[in-house]
Amino acid sequence: MSTIAVASRPQTESRVTAAFAGIATALSDTADVAWRNLRSQLRTPQALVFATVQPVIFVLLFRYAFGGAIRVPGTDYVDFLMPGIFAQTVAFGAIGTAVGLSADLRTGILVRFRTLPMARIAVLGGRTVADLARNLLVVAVMIGVGFAAGFRAPNGAGGLVAALGLVVLFGYAVSWGFAALGLRVSDPEAAQAAGVPVVFLLVFTSAAFVPATAMPGWLQAFGTHQPVNALVSAERSLILGGPAAHDVLISVAWSAGILLVFVLLAARTYARMGR
Amino acid sequence: MSGFAIEADGLRKTFGKVTALDELSLAVPAGAVFGLLGPNGSGKTTTVSILSTALRPDGGRATVGGLDVVTDAARVRRMIGLAGQFAAVDPNLTGRENLTLIGRLSRVSRREARVRAAELLDGFGLTAAADRLVRTYSGGMRRRLDVAAALLHRPPVLFLDEPTTGLDPESRFALWDAVRGLSRSGTTVLLTTQYLEEADALADQIVIISGGRVADTGTPEQLKARFGTVVFHLVFGGQDAAEDARAALARAGYQPARDGAGVNVRSSAGSGVLPAVLRALDGRVPDPVSVAVREPTLDDVFLSLTRGRQAA
Repeated sequence: MSTIAVASRPQTESRVTAAFAGIATALSDTADVAWRNLRSQLRTPQALVFATVQPVIFVLLFRYAFGGAIRVPGTDYVDFLMPGIFAQTVAFGAIGTAVGLSADLRTGILVRFRTLPMARIAVLGGRTVADLARNLLVVAVMIGVGFAAGFRAPNGAGGLVAALGLVVLFGYAVSWGFAALGLRVSDPEAAQAAGVPVVFLLVFTSAAFVPATAMPGWLQAFGTHQPVNALVSAERSLILGGPAAHDVLISVAWSAGILLVFVLLAARTYARMGR
Repeated sequence: MSGFAIEADGLRKTFGKVTALDELSLAVPAGAVFGLLGPNGSGKTTTVSILSTALRPDGGRATVGGLDVVTDAARVRRMIGLAGQFAAVDPNLTGRENLTLIGRLSRVSRREARVRAAELLDGFGLTAAADRLVRTYSGGMRRRLDVAAALLHRPPVLFLDEPTTGLDPESRFALWDAVRGLSRSGTTVLLTTQYLEEADALADQIVIISGGRVADTGTPEQLKARFGTVVFHLVFGGQDAAEDARAALARAGYQPARDGAGVNVRSSAGSGVLPAVLRALDGRVPDPVSVAVREPTLDDVFLSLTRGRQAA
């Protein structure tokens, strides 16, 4: 593809064709950047191992150490626990997006990307898509760990798959939130340190591990009206059985809202870099 | 389009309270190797960042190939390659993977990217390391890969931001050869450096910047003639011997200056006149205890530039 051919394109082709070419370019660039990030992650397996170890420890801790003391009416604690673990896994995993982008910021790769004739959105799209793939992998491991610990998904495979769909959507949306953060911090350690408290707060004030009814009223008010709790509630309706439509809708609405806000915010932050 | 591949006119950029560029203007003829010299913090990287569309100027205007770097950034990006001061390659990809990725993102077809990657790996002496992860590369290898990455789409304009800082001499000379080869094939190269020697070896034209402004400009020969003063520092056994030496050198037509037991002789003819300086002393005064030759540095250039400004 020569420079001249590209430059003359808008005059010879219709605007619609140009728009489609633009979308095709953006998708192709996103795929290339995602491929790069995935390769890069597979070659630093330590990060992948740590991303898996934490939720595994939580399964063991809550299933065997604390679980005996937590009473959940009408269900086995492990079936109650695993939806919380899935949510926790993707929420903490999404911090990896901030860490990865801030590392790219520090090494200068983002400066090079800004000077390439590539689609701007591909830097963030490629990063979040790669992190989505990593999240899928870690969630798959967690399902295995869950089943080994006695998790049985009483409402069947359909409910489990639907719940995992919500989990992955939520993880992807939160990744964009952390993309916006990572672009503002040129230090992976700082990005990690900034991300952990936010996720920690949302996960532990939700009913991920313990029924919210045990919390004091003020905490319950916050804990039951935030996205992690909405996700865990929807997952439980799907996995344990019961009327699910309302919870699912709320969780999807949260994820869609987070996605919309942070895609715009992260894209704007990226576009304004270098001003 | 004028005969200039790169033009900047009154560029201004501030970061908070720090003024990085203060009305900087320059013009790079098409096909030239253009040296942008300056100490740390003088605005070299800021200039390159603006010209390569990575950074927006607060004021002023710049074009590459006649296209405005702000309003026509997308088209400028197809014409330029950038190799930064910090080797911006992915340590967890192999050399070949890095190049094909940058090639793809530079709108080169998959097949062409593979062919170009192989060519460039060969050209930069990286074929043996092509399929090793970059994190195992030496600093020099990374830098060469970084430059190769900037060349994948055969850009007519290349920016090299301190390409040899921290490199060993062998890697430095290999990069110099690469720059000369590119220049012969018609590529316009804008190169920043802290080393007068490097600009001298490569550049057709040099701009010296200081504090975000152009301090001086000219060909390497012109600048050397202006600032290329070598200083010989001769130390004698005592002040009397030093004074005798100073007198002898003055009689021989030099302009020596005594400082305690030392004598400084300045020469604009290069260090090759040292034997003549020593011959002027031979047999008249005791031999010096030590002789040091200080080649002109960029510091000298800046010192004389700032002195000149104060006097004016």
